[in-house]
Amino acid sequence: MSSDTKTAAGYEEGLQGASDKVAEFHEQKTALKRLQHWLHMTPSAVPMIVLVAAIIVFGLLSPNFFKAVTLSTILQQIAIVGILGCAQSLVVLTAGIDLSVGAIAVFSSVLMGQFTFRYGIPAPVAIALGLAAGTAMGFANGWLVARIKLPPFIVTLGTWQIILAANYIYSANETIRSSAIAAEAPALQFWGYSIQPGGVKILYAVFLMVALVAILAYVLRHTAWGRHVYAVGDDPDAAELAGVRTRRVLIQVYALAGFFCAIAGWVMIGRFGSVSPSASTGQLGNIQSITAVVIGGISLFGGRGSIVGMFFGALIVGVFEMGLKMVGTDPQWTFFLIGLLIILAVAVDQWIRKASA
Amino acid sequence: MDQKGIGMNANISGEPLLKARGLVKRYGKVTALDHCDFDLMPGEILAVIGDNGAGKSSLIKALSGAVQPDEGEITLEGKPVRFASPLDARGYGIECVYQTLAMSPALSIADNMFMGRELRKPGIMGKWLRKLDRPAMEKFAREKLTELGLMTIQNINQAVETLSGGQRQGVAVARAAAFGSKVVILDEPTAALGVKESRRVLELIRDVRSRGIPIILISHNMPHVFEVADRIHIHRLGRRLCVIRPDDYSMSDAVAFMTGAKVPDEVATAA
Repeated sequence: MSSDTKTAAGYEEGLQGASDKVAEFHEQKTALKRLQHWLHMTPSAVPMIVLVAAIIVFGLLSPNFFKAVTLSTILQQIAIVGILGCAQSLVVLTAGIDLSVGAIAVFSSVLMGQFTFRYGIPAPVAIALGLAAGTAMGFANGWLVARIKLPPFIVTLGTWQIILAANYIYSANETIRSSAIAAEAPALQFWGYSIQPGGVKILYAVFLMVALVAILAYVLRHTAWGRHVYAVGDDPDAAELAGVRTRRVLIQVYALAGFFCAIAGWVMIGRFGSVSPSASTGQLGNIQSITAVVIGGISLFGGRGSIVGMFFGALIVGVFEMGLKMVGTDPQWTFFLIGLLIILAVAVDQWIRKASA
Repeated sequence: MDQKGIGMNANISGEPLLKARGLVKRYGKVTALDHCDFDLMPGEILAVIGDNGAGKSSLIKALSGAVQPDEGEITLEGKPVRFASPLDARGYGIECVYQTLAMSPALSIADNMFMGRELRKPGIMGKWLRKLDRPAMEKFAREKLTELGLMTIQNINQAVETLSGGQRQGVAVARAAAFGSKVVILDEPTAALGVKESRRVLELIRDVRSRGIPIILISHNMPHVFEVADRIHIHRLGRRLCVIRPDDYSMSDAVAFMTGAKVPDEVATAA
């Protein structure tokens, strides 16, 4: 019987003197293949190329485009979308989607305004409460997704309506006028202030957006938590078995997204001056942020892409809007082209995914 | 890692290191574990064999914290333990290589090896900014892969999805072997490997045992099981049918036991 055991591995004797070679491919690496591989390694390269190309084209078409004023205006206009895009990126990286980002931003801004003017709470405290409320709304999303296991699309489709409706009901659709805020609670408008080096106006909001993108890029790339966000989006079961607390990470991601939305709400007060429950961000914010995320090369299937790509995506939208306006075309062309860009971006994402090592 | 001075010769007698009694796990109407017992002695290689659907995977998942049994208790070194998650079990020094390998395809080899136990930079960067110590993690990962000698990987920052099936399995085995301080569980570790790579994994299994760490090996490969195992736990219909020594029985006996074609003597007399 034990002889059975001894001869069991007998076939392995054939290994003696075996060659160490492994299968190698001697394919011609075409330029296209190498491009595909490079794009696979650097996911934010595609939006960067598109951005640079767009800037060059518009620069040639319109002599005024390269003025500092134009560029600073573009940055100003994408400040809110950029911050909402940070929130959206986090959620999309976990293979989710957050349709409620705009609603959370608007409701948070309304809460900040109403707390100050209705209850007479000092503005800084009201802001802190507004940020906390936004975080709580995000937490609710996360809890429903991670604990009750509802699809993120459904959860946030619901909370989008709920939050927006709550926003109208609570505020009685009342707008707080800009002049009143400037007189009584200027802290609410903080991000609307600007510095003007050489006559070019740069809003604090722009610095905030860049800082948030930088912080988030660091967190996602260089901390364990950031790696866990990617792992959860990539393959949640594998991440769980490998020792990631996936549900906790998911709830944290949605809560943090809510916090970012509330920041965007605060920035909205600075940008628009007034606090309005019917700000267009409530309806358009989610679409704009998803557009920035998709054009920025973050995969909707999760786990791939970078926050810097999202930033480029937001910039591309801003450059298109501004450039086409300066060239003097019908503004509908902007949406026409952005629509094309979205489809192109996802097509490129699919193509890149086929790349081998 | 944590080197215990247990030494080369496996102490098969005495108190089990990891023990389970009366484990029950139901999935709806399916009973995957039916009052199952389990014993792992210090320093041994215990093979677990059984037919498909016998509940081997459920047993292993219960022991590694991936599922929580409905009933029964698990003791580690005589102390009752409850694993709420794989992370929990890992905290006790139990490492597992799952059949699915549990790797994040888009992340690098080093990222995957340290998933859930990342190293942070010393000083302010690590403490306050929580910056990962990439160089240290990469160095460690490279050392472990070289130790295993399993693969020809040039770049430790390669995404796992760019590796072949065998290489992926190698990385998963290296991860478990590197971090397991009490028990290493291997679920079909040679399933995707070639002859040469399988041999390396078997050598690695012996190597881990020589460090005094017992191993649970789940495999369908009878020659491998009979070659390395000290004892063989035969699983049938959600419970332990018997435990045999590879010297006492032949491979065909073992296969007959696990498929129900034959009943082992001690079970027959007991019944």
